[in-house]
Amino acid sequence: METKFYTMLIYSENFAGILNQITAVFTRRQVNIESLNVCASSTPGVHKYTITCNCTEEMAKMLTKQIEKKIDVLQAHYFTDDELFILEACLIKVSTPLVLENPDVSRIVRLHGGRIVEVNPTYSIVEKKGMTKDILDLFSELNQLGVVLQFVRSGRIAVTKSTEERLDKYLEEMERMRK
Amino acid sequence: MKQKITGAEALMRSLEAEGVDVIFGYPGGAIMPTYDALYDHRKTLNHILVRHEQGAAHAAQGYARVSGRVGVVLATSGPGAMNTITGIADAMIDSTPMVVVCGQVGAAMLGTDAFQEVDVIGVTQPITKWAYQIRRAEDVAWAVSRAFYIARSGRPGPVVLDFARNAQTGLVDYEPAKVDFIRSYRPVPVPSDETIQQAADLINQSERPLVLVGQGVELGDAREELRLFLERGGMPAGCTLLGLSALPTDHPLNMGMLGMHGNLGPNVMTNRCDLLIAVGMRFDDRVTGNLDTYARQAKVIHFDIDPSEINKNVTVDVAVVGDCKQTLARVTALMQERRHDAWVEGFAPYRKQETEKVIEPAIHPQEGPLLMGEVVRRVSEATEHRAVLVTDVGQNQMFGCRYFQFSEGRSVVTSGGCGTMGFGLPAAIGATFGAPDRTVCLFVGDGGLQMTIQELGTIMEQGAPVKIILLNNNFLGNVRQWQYLFFNKRYSFTPMLNPDYEGIAKSYGIPSRTVTEREDLDDAIREMLVTPGAFLLQCAVKEEDNVLPMTPPGANVDEMMLEIEN
Repeated sequence: METKFYTMLIYSENFAGILNQITAVFTRRQVNIESLNVCASSTPGVHKYTITCNCTEEMAKMLTKQIEKKIDVLQAHYFTDDELFILEACLIKVSTPLVLENPDVSRIVRLHGGRIVEVNPTYSIVEKKGMTKDILDLFSELNQLGVVLQFVRSGRIAVTKSTEERLDKYLEEMERMRK
Repeated sequence: MKQKITGAEALMRSLEAEGVDVIFGYPGGAIMPTYDALYDHRKTLNHILVRHEQGAAHAAQGYARVSGRVGVVLATSGPGAMNTITGIADAMIDSTPMVVVCGQVGAAMLGTDAFQEVDVIGVTQPITKWAYQIRRAEDVAWAVSRAFYIARSGRPGPVVLDFARNAQTGLVDYEPAKVDFIRSYRPVPVPSDETIQQAADLINQSERPLVLVGQGVELGDAREELRLFLERGGMPAGCTLLGLSALPTDHPLNMGMLGMHGNLGPNVMTNRCDLLIAVGMRFDDRVTGNLDTYARQAKVIHFDIDPSEINKNVTVDVAVVGDCKQTLARVTALMQERRHDAWVEGFAPYRKQETEKVIEPAIHPQEGPLLMGEVVRRVSEATEHRAVLVTDVGQNQMFGCRYFQFSEGRSVVTSGGCGTMGFGLPAAIGATFGAPDRTVCLFVGDGGLQMTIQELGTIMEQGAPVKIILLNNNFLGNVRQWQYLFFNKRYSFTPMLNPDYEGIAKSYGIPSRTVTEREDLDDAIREMLVTPGAFLLQCAVKEEDNVLPMTPPGANVDEMMLEIEN
């Protein structure tokens, strides 16, 4: 069966140990998590998890159902890239002396839409936002020039393109059921 | 002005508020403040002192399975909590409502590798519906109420409360809490009218429907709704291991047990039906065999309360996600009154074939050593098929479930998904507390009995009237059967040297009798049943007997072996 790259958006109550429970579902079903971001959501007391992985659609369905089954998970849904606005970022620490020796470095950074956010005599910091591929392309080109000291890429963050806010709808529906 | 009480006392009041009357437990260091509080509540909270915490967990399971109430376990931290793990995992996979309260070191010492500190939440999270650490006395009432709500609602399951010592001793203005709503938890989904109609349409169009009855029918208290559903549609049914007593054995539409050692008819007909209707079951691999060939010709309707069971193993055409007590009734109301006489008749040749080749030789042997099957059937007959069947795991379980018969609900207590040897004896003790007016018959092998044999002490102390039928074959019989079939008869560590079980029973003050001859069996069973309280009936059964029929692991559901060639 065809595997695809899916992004799961999961919302939970802010209780200890839920991240563990969520990642354990991936482990049990032998699916690797490619990236993971956790932060407070726009709803007070609700945490948002953005998790990416490669799997079949059947597996994505199963994973989200098994995650949603956890008592304190509010919602879990899976999406393909075309259903989302996506952002990733990276920081690349490069050697300033080597950058000064090689004019290609700043050309490449500008070509890829990167930003130099710090320069000191020892090192410089390049920042880039974009999709995974754009970020990896920039890193790979700089790395080939041998100037990179450190590289870090963030997990993906994403919001849905849909005009419907499913979490709000769910919470409203549940509040109506509260006795 | 309210008087402050300790967290331990708050636990007692919260348990009482949840209607708890029996607790299975074992004291220890980190739970001592709670046991001290319990001392003043002995009249309302009947604490059963087990002999090992695993026994407490299985006893709570047995109690819950026959009563439908939440089983409660109390244990200390570290080793005490860890000893309950097998029972918690068992309760999780068999959907048994249970609350385990275990002690924990004080919050200030958490994470410091303190004496008897184990990360109980970390260990139990994957095998519980909910696991929560109570670190403040103020949280006791809320956590206990939430625990019971989660354990018993929706698809039931185990909950662990890890009770830090400082929360037990801390003082609190106790206010009862009642949790019956959690916004992130929808225990009982309600399917749309459209879904109900789709299910009814498929049933009304079907010529060869087959219903698979699971434990969900018992958990949902829907035996009557199931009966009406089957009878209106004239639909034959097979029962899973845990669903056996959801439909009386002698109901004309009951075609028998599903699965690896189930009956030939329902297994073969699974691959002949045009509509498969699963109710409260999860298409376990022991039921389906090879999924690639499982009921491929049929449309499938799946009634279940747990959305994550839908399309997990078998892809379905209509999923009716909800409480089967309601959903079965809603679908039944839209069903035409139907009969499928020819289809139902089609099961008869398989029943006849199985009866001649397997059942009769197993339950009415004319010569040779005693057989497990005949012992089980005699006990079932002697109790007029009204007793609670408790089994351990292995051949005793398969013979027990094949040949015991049922007329009442909540009559099967066996470890299904987990297959836990050692489950039987403590579960049977729990069952005597959950169903004090019923006869509780335990079938156990010589292997499984020794795994939790210390609970004979609990039986002695409590006078728990467990009728223990020890099917002694001096072997780990089920593994031996597999070694015979699939490992070239290499009996690697399955023969067993046994102790003098009657001597052991005597030490515990439990009357006993050993049967070796067929002609003594009925009298021995009679003696067991008329003797008040517990009884050990040791049956010296054929050493190398095999459970048949059998679907070899991974084989197609309709490819059952009726005999084993030498």
